[in-house]
Amino acid sequence: MNIHWFYYAAPQNFFRLSTTLWPWCAAAAGVLALLGLWLGLVVAPIDAQQGEGYRIIFVHVPVSWMSMVIYLAMGFWSVMGLTFKTRLSGMMTQALAPTGAIFAALSLLTGALWGKPMWGTWWVWDARLTSELILFFLYVGFIALTSAIDDVKRAERAGALISIVGCINVPIIYFSVKWWNTLHQGASVSLTQSPSMARLMLWAMLLMAMSLWAYTLAIVFYRVRCLILQRERDSRWLKGWFEQEHLALVAGR
Amino acid sequence: MEISIFSIHWSSLSEFFAMGGYGFYVWGSFLTSALLLCIEVVQAKRAWHDELRDLAQAYELDEGLAQMHKERS
Repeated sequence: MNIHWFYYAAPQNFFRLSTTLWPWCAAAAGVLALLGLWLGLVVAPIDAQQGEGYRIIFVHVPVSWMSMVIYLAMGFWSVMGLTFKTRLSGMMTQALAPTGAIFAALSLLTGALWGKPMWGTWWVWDARLTSELILFFLYVGFIALTSAIDDVKRAERAGALISIVGCINVPIIYFSVKWWNTLHQGASVSLTQSPSMARLMLWAMLLMAMSLWAYTLAIVFYRVRCLILQRERDSRWLKGWFEQEHLALVAGR
Repeated sequence: MEISIFSIHWSSLSEFFAMGGYGFYVWGSFLTSALLLCIEVVQAKRAWHDELRDLAQAYELDEGLAQMHKERS
């Protein structure tokens, strides 16, 4: 069993795997987003308390979930990298960070756009909002730190440290609405009256979340291929692959 | 009340865009998200093609072919 996992820890094999997988993930992301947007923006009924403004939930909650999941994934790969010294781990952490930073930024932006009409303010220093802002800074800090260190191995080790220590912030974000008295609404969103409506809204939200999962996989597979090209350029397999690509290109001309 | 997934909540297109007065906030959220993700995709594609061109130079393949990799992007 272990053999299979470590087989893909070799950049050469993971490169082939991600080349196959990213287009499928991208296609899945597109289809799921269309379904989710259709249900969330066109079919779902009005919310009893927040009117039509509640529809921000269909983007705000999925991007916020992903911002947390991606950070945990970075923590996971960092632990893998420090434990097993696999070259792929550092690349995965590196490939995940920009997408996580974007989702954290979107969580804050869509949250502000939701807060203004519902609370009357773009921003409050509330536990949920502040801890999400810290998450955004952790992503930015990771990117700044790893790009400031020229030596790849040292950069990876420093980045792994930020990723692992920062993971402590994720449960804080998640439980902040329980632990502290916050302005932010609780985890169970008031999904209006009848159960069939609640189910429909929940489905819209889950479809959007699944779409962002697929998007994240696609962009991370795509980006990690780029990192493999950068870091494995001295290896023979990569030169072989590249020459084949070249031949295909020449044949197509 | 059972809702079909084909039953449209809105009675007109302008109502859809207005979002019950929350249009700016709702559309602002969705469009900002779409925009940032599009920028990310364009950026990733550019990085990939730049990397291919760099590789062509590193492997000392001729300039013309390196340029083709760039143009294919």
